[in-house]
Amino acid sequence: MLKDLFRTKPKYVTVRNYREETARQERDERAKKDLPDGLWIKCENCHQIIYHKDLEQNLQVCPKCDYHFRIGAKERLRQLLDESSFEELFADLSPTNPLNFPNYEKRLSKYQKETGLKEGVLTGVGKIEEIPVAIAVMDFFFLGGSMGSVVGEKISNTFEYAAANHLPMITVSASGGARMQEGILSLMQMAKTCQARNLLAEQGLVYISVLTDPTSGGVYASFASQGDINLAEPGAYIGFAGTRVIEQTIRQTLPEGFQKSEFLLQHGVLDLIVHRKEVRKTLARLLRFHQSTERAEANG
Amino acid sequence: MGNENGFTMQFEKSLIELEKKIEEIRVFSSEKNIDMSEEIQRLQAKADVLKERIYRNLTPLQKVQVARHPKRPTFLEYVELIFDDFIELHGDRLFKDDPALVGGLASLNGIPVTVLGQQKGRDTKENIARNFGSPHPEGYRKAMRLMKQAERFGRPVITLVDVAGAYPGIEAEERGQGEAVAHSIMAMAGLKTPIIVVITGEGGSGGALAIAVGDRILMLEHAYYSVITPEGCASILWKDANEAPKAAEVLRLTAENLKEMKVIDEIIPEPLGGIHRDKVAGAKLLKEALVRNLQEILEVPGQDLLKLRYDKFKKIGAYS
Repeated sequence: MLKDLFRTKPKYVTVRNYREETARQERDERAKKDLPDGLWIKCENCHQIIYHKDLEQNLQVCPKCDYHFRIGAKERLRQLLDESSFEELFADLSPTNPLNFPNYEKRLSKYQKETGLKEGVLTGVGKIEEIPVAIAVMDFFFLGGSMGSVVGEKISNTFEYAAANHLPMITVSASGGARMQEGILSLMQMAKTCQARNLLAEQGLVYISVLTDPTSGGVYASFASQGDINLAEPGAYIGFAGTRVIEQTIRQTLPEGFQKSEFLLQHGVLDLIVHRKEVRKTLARLLRFHQSTERAEANG
Repeated sequence: MGNENGFTMQFEKSLIELEKKIEEIRVFSSEKNIDMSEEIQRLQAKADVLKERIYRNLTPLQKVQVARHPKRPTFLEYVELIFDDFIELHGDRLFKDDPALVGGLASLNGIPVTVLGQQKGRDTKENIARNFGSPHPEGYRKAMRLMKQAERFGRPVITLVDVAGAYPGIEAEERGQGEAVAHSIMAMAGLKTPIIVVITGEGGSGGALAIAVGDRILMLEHAYYSVITPEGCASILWKDANEAPKAAEVLRLTAENLKEMKVIDEIIPEPLGGIHRDKVAGAKLLKEALVRNLQEILEVPGQDLLKLRYDKFKKIGAYS
């Protein structure tokens, strides 16, 4: 191509703030979605114009190309659980600034205002087609869904609650990874959530991990990759190291579709890829397979 | 000496020059058979004062540089200096043997243990062969295999952590780097045998934590342990990797910081000027700490071990 001749090749590597950039883009996108009825949205994948009501009715999936828009934790719970079955647990936990990290409080209160959430995860119990479950749903719109002390504590508490109450557990992950602003304490949340996940295994209780766009870094490298069953939405970015970090390390452009759910399925990390419209139904089917053992466990 | 391989840390340039000069005089005096011991003694005293002043006042980023020093002992050097009868065991039984993570059987003061850790190269050639000590998933899967083996035979596990990070590459992602790290964390959390972890050099995020869940977490004086490198943090925060000194400060990644936050249990002092200046003396201090901690943990009843380990990590975090 002629225009390729004029493209300047970067002489050095710049590390861009990818996580925050995408978070900003997502906020803008959501702001668009929150506009009043009668507006049209351009799909960022197929660039076709979609009527915003259609998108809403289609669970925020593009009706033309099936692109799955990112959704927040509240919307996700609405889509997955039986109507008004959700009871929130561990809602009082609030973040602090243990490292006195610059601007952290300011950012927190900004995201709290924007999302109406105290932190980047909602945890509690609910029902899927009448089956009681413990559930933790992350919200990418809250500081990139990053896992700090509160997120790790709430998720591990939920695993503990599930183990104590003989409930199956579901997590829906959407996260850029461990939260930089809480430093080493964030890293330790990977250990905290993983060891709590072990409690269910000990009791023969099923844990299903739903990986959504994006699930990366310390969240993928802890509880999210450790479901008895790992399922993901189509086209979700899932990976340990960020695309840019890999490109800088190996000095190559990564192949198309690298670190997408289809790639992970092919390489054996996922059990299945499920369209958003089918997630609730699929979870119910999977849960029913595990009901009898769980009941036996509870009675025994 | 700190300046082999032509590597000098800026903050100790004056010290290195002085040490070089002392060495030259030593060589000269022995070659020419001239007694210059008085001069050598005088300069050595000066170097000691300088060393003391520099190393007692290291900034966090300077500590990171010491932790990354190419002459800092690597896993196999610690094994050689601390353990007896080491037999290396290879492979993950699934894909291949990862030379960036080494493990095997050894004896610590007569107690049989499984010891494992990331292995950086001692020179460029070995560094390339060992991928600079950054494991692929098969490295962590080998670690898990060896730990499970230790559990079966009731051997305690000792891990020595020194890693910039788990390797970020195409094959690593294809083979599930994230899954391997997570699985190893889970395996350690549930391992029914005592585990002692030592952060000896770099504690680089998930690649470090993957072999750093245990009953005792020890850390060498100049090691660091962090969720992100100071350079990475600086690029995100200030869009400039040159702000790394500030980022290292903010991240609270030194042994002292981590002890305050109760992430580690004990700081193991290094010989003045860093363990790379006196590996034998440094290894002796580390061995003493390992033996003492192991004796203490071996007294914990088996049924309490996992509960105590669980509580230890459950307590870490800050919230209101």
